[in-house]
Amino acid sequence: MSSADPTAGATTATDDRQQALLEDLTTRLGDAVAGSHIRSGDLWIRVRPDAWVRAARECKAMGFDYFCYLSGIDWLPHTWPNPKVIEGVQPDAGEEGAVPEDPNAVAEPEPDEPAAGDEIVTGFAGGDTRFQVLARLYSTVRHIGVTLKADLDDVAPTIESWISEYPGADWCERETWEMYGFDFVGHPNLVKLYLPGEFEGFPMRKDFPLLAREVKPWPGLVDVEQFPATYKGDD
Amino acid sequence: MAVSEQQRLSYISAQAADARLAVELQTEEMTLNLGPQHPATHGTLRIVAKLDGEQVVKADVICGYMHRGYEKLTEVRTYPQINTLINRIDWLSSFANEVPFILAAEDLMEVEAPPRAQWIRTLFFELSRIANITLFIGEMGVQLGAITPVFFAFRDREYVLNLIEEATGGRFHPNFDRIGGLKDDLPKGWIAETKEAMRRIRGYCDELEDLLMGNEIFEARTRGVGVIPADVGLSYGLSGANIRASGVDWDLRRDAPSPLAWKELDWKVWTHPDGDSFARYWVRLQETREATLMVDQLLDGLPSGPIQAKVPRIIKVPAGEAWAHTENPLGEMGYYIVSQGGLGPFRVKIRSASFHNISIVPWLLKGVYVPDIITILSSLYFILGDIDR
Repeated sequence: MSSADPTAGATTATDDRQQALLEDLTTRLGDAVAGSHIRSGDLWIRVRPDAWVRAARECKAMGFDYFCYLSGIDWLPHTWPNPKVIEGVQPDAGEEGAVPEDPNAVAEPEPDEPAAGDEIVTGFAGGDTRFQVLARLYSTVRHIGVTLKADLDDVAPTIESWISEYPGADWCERETWEMYGFDFVGHPNLVKLYLPGEFEGFPMRKDFPLLAREVKPWPGLVDVEQFPATYKGDD
Repeated sequence: MAVSEQQRLSYISAQAADARLAVELQTEEMTLNLGPQHPATHGTLRIVAKLDGEQVVKADVICGYMHRGYEKLTEVRTYPQINTLINRIDWLSSFANEVPFILAAEDLMEVEAPPRAQWIRTLFFELSRIANITLFIGEMGVQLGAITPVFFAFRDREYVLNLIEEATGGRFHPNFDRIGGLKDDLPKGWIAETKEAMRRIRGYCDELEDLLMGNEIFEARTRGVGVIPADVGLSYGLSGANIRASGVDWDLRRDAPSPLAWKELDWKVWTHPDGDSFARYWVRLQETREATLMVDQLLDGLPSGPIQAKVPRIIKVPAGEAWAHTENPLGEMGYYIVSQGGLGPFRVKIRSASFHNISIVPWLLKGVYVPDIITILSSLYFILGDIDR
C-alpha cells in the first residue's frame, strides 16, 4: 500500500485554519486519528472505523452543523478506459459486435499512463484496505469543512450508521449500501434507494463490469482539435 | 443560528400533531400514491403517503426512475467527456453544473482561468440561476392553482435561454466551460441584449410579487406550511434557498473561497426567518432579482484579456483528491474528484443539492394534510436529474 501524495508538505498560509482544526480534532479523538492531510484549504482526516460515530459526534460538538455527503470508495485498481481482458477467458466470438474484428481498432494504452498494477494505491490521509467510507461535514458559522474517511474490511465491509448524529445520512447510507455493499449497523431502513429490488451485485465496485464498455470498447482519443497556434485574445 | 419564535412554535405544534396522531382513535389507513408522473415532481418521483383521514402518517419517497449512473460512467470517461455528461444533472441550469467540476479539476491541475473567463463564468452562472428560478417562481403558482404565473415564467425564461443559446450554442446544455477557461468569447451585441433581458426579468419579478405574494389564497396555503427549523435542515444537508429561508445566513458565493467574480460585486444574501413554504418562495424571488442586478454589474465590469489559460491539448490531471463546491440555483453542488493521474478520474462523487433537499421530505410530511404535500414539494424545489444523477 502506498499513498499518492504529490503535495505533501506544501502547506501554505491559507491552510493555517485547517492546521488548527486538525490539532483540535486530534486532541478530541486521540489515537483514533489514523491519518490526515491538508491541501489547498481543505482537510482530510482518516479515523479508525470503531471511532466513526464518535468522530461525527465530536465534529457536531465542534460546530459542524451541516451534513454535506456520505459515500464510499473502492480503491481496487481499474484499467482505464476499457475493461481488463482476463487471461484464459475468451469473449464469445459468435456474438456480433461483442469484440472488434480488427485488434488495431482499439487504441493501445498510452505509454505515460500509470500502469494499472495490482497494488492498491490509496489517496489522501492514506488507507490500509480496499474499501473506504468517506463523508464531508461543514460548519456554516466558521465556514470550514472536513472530509472524514474510515477503512472498511475487504470481505465484509461494515460500519456504524451516522443517522443518530446526522439524519441526512439516511439516504446517503442507503445509496452507499446498494452501490458498494457496505453494511451500516444501526440503520433502521436499509433498503435499496435507486436500484430495483431484485438487482444483484454492487455496481460502483471496481470489479463490477460496465456493460457498455464490455460490448463496445472505447476507441481511444481520436480527432483531437488543435489550439490556434497564436492566440491573440479579443479584438 | 437564529431560530425565530414562529419557527419554534410551528416546530412544537408539528411535534404535538405527531403525538396527537399516535393517541387518537385510529381509522383505517389509506395509501395514496403521488406520482411517478405528477407535475409537482419535475421528473419522475413517487411518493407513497399513508393517510389517516386527511393527514399523512408516513410518507416514503421512491426515486431512481431516472438514475443514469453518472458516478460509474465518469470512471471510464475523459474530463472533457464528463463535462458533457454532468450538464444533464440539473437540466434547468446546466452551466452551473459544469463550474464546480471544472474548478475541482483546475485545482488538481493547478491552473487558473484568466480573469475575463472567470467573469464570463460568473455571468453564465447567474444567467443559469435566473433561467432556473424564473421557472420555479412561476410554477409554484400553478401547483397551487394559479395558472397565469407559469405562462409568464415560460415567456420570460425564453429571453434568458436565447441569450445562453446565442453565446454558447446550446439552450439547455451549453457545455461551454473548459479546464483553464471557456470555449468561446461573448458574441457582438450580446451585452446590450442581456441588459434588456435583465430589465424584463426584473419586471417579471415585480409582476409575480403583485400577482402571487399578495394573494390571499397563496398566503393561506403557504404560510406556516412545511416549517423546517434551521438545525434540522442543516443536519439533513439542506442547502441553498431552502436553508436561507430558515434564517441561516449562508451563501457559498460569499462564504467559500472561489476564483469566480462574486467577491467583486455588490450584492446581498437574502434570508427569511420563518422557514415555511412562503419563506422559501420569497427568498427565491428576491434571489432572482438580485441575480439580475449581479449580471448588470458583471457586464459593466467585464475585464478584457484572454479567455483561456495555457493547458495541454490532452488534459491529464495529476494524482490527488479535490473538492469544489458552488452555490447552485438549487443549493450546494459539489464534486469530489479522486485522480490517480491519466486521462480520466478514478472516482467522482457528485454531491447534488436536490438529493439532500428531498431527503428531508419523509420527516417533513409527517402530520401534514394532503393538499399541503404539493405545496411542500413544490416549495422545496427539486429537479429529478439532480436527485437521481
